[in-house]
Amino acid sequence: MRSRGHAQEPTVEPILELRGALKRYGPGAAVGPIDLAVPAGRTLALIGPSGAGKSTVLRLMLGLLLPDQGEVRLAGTRLDPDDDALRRRYGYVVQGGGLFPHLTAGRNAMLVARHLRWDRRRMAARLEELSALARLPADVWGRVPAELSSGQAQRVSLVRALFLDPDLLLLDEPLGALDPITRAELQDDLRAAFQELHKTVVIVTHDLAEAAFFADELVLLRDGRIAQAGALEDLVRAPAEPFVSRFVRAQRGLHLPDGA
Amino acid sequence: MSAGFLGAALLLALGAEPGPAAPVRMGSKAFVESEVLGELGRELIASEGIAVEHRRALGGTRVLWEALARGDLDAYPDYTGTIAREILGGASSSALEALRAALAPRGIGITGSLGFEDTYALGMRPGVARRLGIRTLSDLARHPELRFGFTNEFLDRADGWPALRERYALPQREVRGLDHDLAYRALAAGQIDVTDLYSTDAEIRRQGLVVLEDDRHAFPEYQAVFLYRLELARRWPAAVAALRRLEGRIAAADMIDLNARAQIDRQPIEEVAASFLRRRLGVAAAARGEGLGARLWVRTREHLELVVSALALALAAAIPLGIWAARRPAAGQWVLSVVGVVQTVPSLALLVFMIPLLGIGTGPAVAALALYALLPIVRNTHAGLTGIAPELLESARSLGLSPWARLGRVELPLASPAILAGIKTAAVIAVGTATLGALIGAGGYGQPILTGIRLASVPLILEGAVPAAAMALLVQGLFDALERVLVPRGMRRGAKRPG
Repeated sequence: MRSRGHAQEPTVEPILELRGALKRYGPGAAVGPIDLAVPAGRTLALIGPSGAGKSTVLRLMLGLLLPDQGEVRLAGTRLDPDDDALRRRYGYVVQGGGLFPHLTAGRNAMLVARHLRWDRRRMAARLEELSALARLPADVWGRVPAELSSGQAQRVSLVRALFLDPDLLLLDEPLGALDPITRAELQDDLRAAFQELHKTVVIVTHDLAEAAFFADELVLLRDGRIAQAGALEDLVRAPAEPFVSRFVRAQRGLHLPDGA
Repeated sequence: MSAGFLGAALLLALGAEPGPAAPVRMGSKAFVESEVLGELGRELIASEGIAVEHRRALGGTRVLWEALARGDLDAYPDYTGTIAREILGGASSSALEALRAALAPRGIGITGSLGFEDTYALGMRPGVARRLGIRTLSDLARHPELRFGFTNEFLDRADGWPALRERYALPQREVRGLDHDLAYRALAAGQIDVTDLYSTDAEIRRQGLVVLEDDRHAFPEYQAVFLYRLELARRWPAAVAALRRLEGRIAAADMIDLNARAQIDRQPIEEVAASFLRRRLGVAAAARGEGLGARLWVRTREHLELVVSALALALAAAIPLGIWAARRPAAGQWVLSVVGVVQTVPSLALLVFMIPLLGIGTGPAVAALALYALLPIVRNTHAGLTGIAPELLESARSLGLSPWARLGRVELPLASPAILAGIKTAAVIAVGTATLGALIGAGGYGQPILTGIRLASVPLILEGAVPAAAMALLVQGLFDALERVLVPRGMRRGAKRPG
């Protein structure tokens, strides 16, 4: 399913496109084939139950996995797993943060910039800018990951992902293991950041309410395929299959749009 | 951090330059008489003002001869019968002129007889010999129940046990291989009945042993001589002239006396040799009367040189091997197996294997120790790299770091605690194993241990063993300190990963 079903939005050139992308996991088990276009500047949420293939689709988008069939294109260019420069156009927040334990938070955030030999002043300026965006106090940068709270670790991971000002930001379950208060705070801050950045964002979550909170468009996956793509109200009002209704109803406490 | 890590490895490598070698190198075999003769030679050459070192107690005839032939040694004492049978492979005559003619084409010269013969003989405790009425070697054939304990060299040598058994048709089957000095003790304790002796052994006199008559002349003549490289006679004619001053000067009784002073009275071999030269040749030999401190200092330097060079070599090979093994799982299993097999070779055997390849001295000892140090470093590098959490590897890839940058900035630092632990293990093992280096002339703490075993001198053994143990502890402490400096703060023990 392509996203052109959205009548109220003008058609936007997709920045990221999956065309019949399929990844096999042994006989009979596969994710895909998936056709999906991510329009530039929009926020898209990949949702679905555990094992539906959310993380696999995200890795295909990133080029960390190569599809066995079909292709993935970033701004029209086919992904090459050895093209490190292309990969720097993505910012990726790994599930659990993926911070390197041997580096301080600051070194984690500036790792690639240092590798690319940015000058010190430029790095300091960028760090300050992103600290404000991620609502991080300046004193976290000297700490190692073991000394950060889990909410702080996620924010540092976000800063690291954004450091080179990528075109695309991808987040894999960024709020998965947080307590409710930290989670709510970070949800607000993340949404504010997405709106401020005007970047293309793909966020993976298994929580429909969270997905609807962040994203213009939801892509619901089931058994490695797209069950339905569209706005939350599309999923509620016109479920493409019984599974969609079951998934929607299973999310307790969800504020459904009128008429549901 | 990886930079600090490599820096430390580099420092180790730079610190490992061998000291300058003396121009003339004297060797000796691993028994007291050979050491005394070697020391006599060294002191005489030194009295000519020529810098000379004595690599003591290197091993058996094969080791010494090969070292001489290769040029690792310039001279060493040997015996005419041994030269004829063992070295020249049964050349018909053991007469001096015949030997000189046979050795010259090989670039080796031979002095005249030093004045005594040290032939092989078999000895028994007097009580047993008297009870059984044994006086000659022929008499042994009547007593197949006798237990024989021979030195390993005697068992193998063409002119030793094989020749004896054939000549006298000896029926004994219970024949054990022993170290020479242990054989005397086994004889005294009644664990064996017959052993091989050298006719100038101090123990004959001390234990009152019965030396059996070689009534069918199985053993050839064993005149003591020096073998030297003819090239030495060109470079340092005075050195060869100094050795020749001993020709005809040592009678059998003198040699037994010298052996007794060293072996029974426990006088240092340097002093035994120096006092003989003063009394008989009027040479004011400088018995390097080094104090314990000076000896310890020299051996500590030698030992450290072995350990540090071996570790530096091992590091240079093992870390890349470990990285390669982690990157290529199929090849990795192969690498780990091969390195593991090297580890199963007994260290003593590994050292001996090095002799035909690299000769004797520090070089081959370092090579053997380095091979030994490979396994812990390769294995820990491999384990450290393959044990990194997959999400961290994915994180590094997704950031767009090149493979080399990922290795240097992420993977090696994350593996550094494991790698450092491997290096620590290798270093401690190397300190212990390096004591065996003395067997092939590499010096170090093994030197007094070896001499101590030969002389049954516990103080001498401790003089090597205690500092070796202390060095192992120090190395352990050094690496614990290094761990605190090199392992990144977030990775130290007790630091937990963020939840």
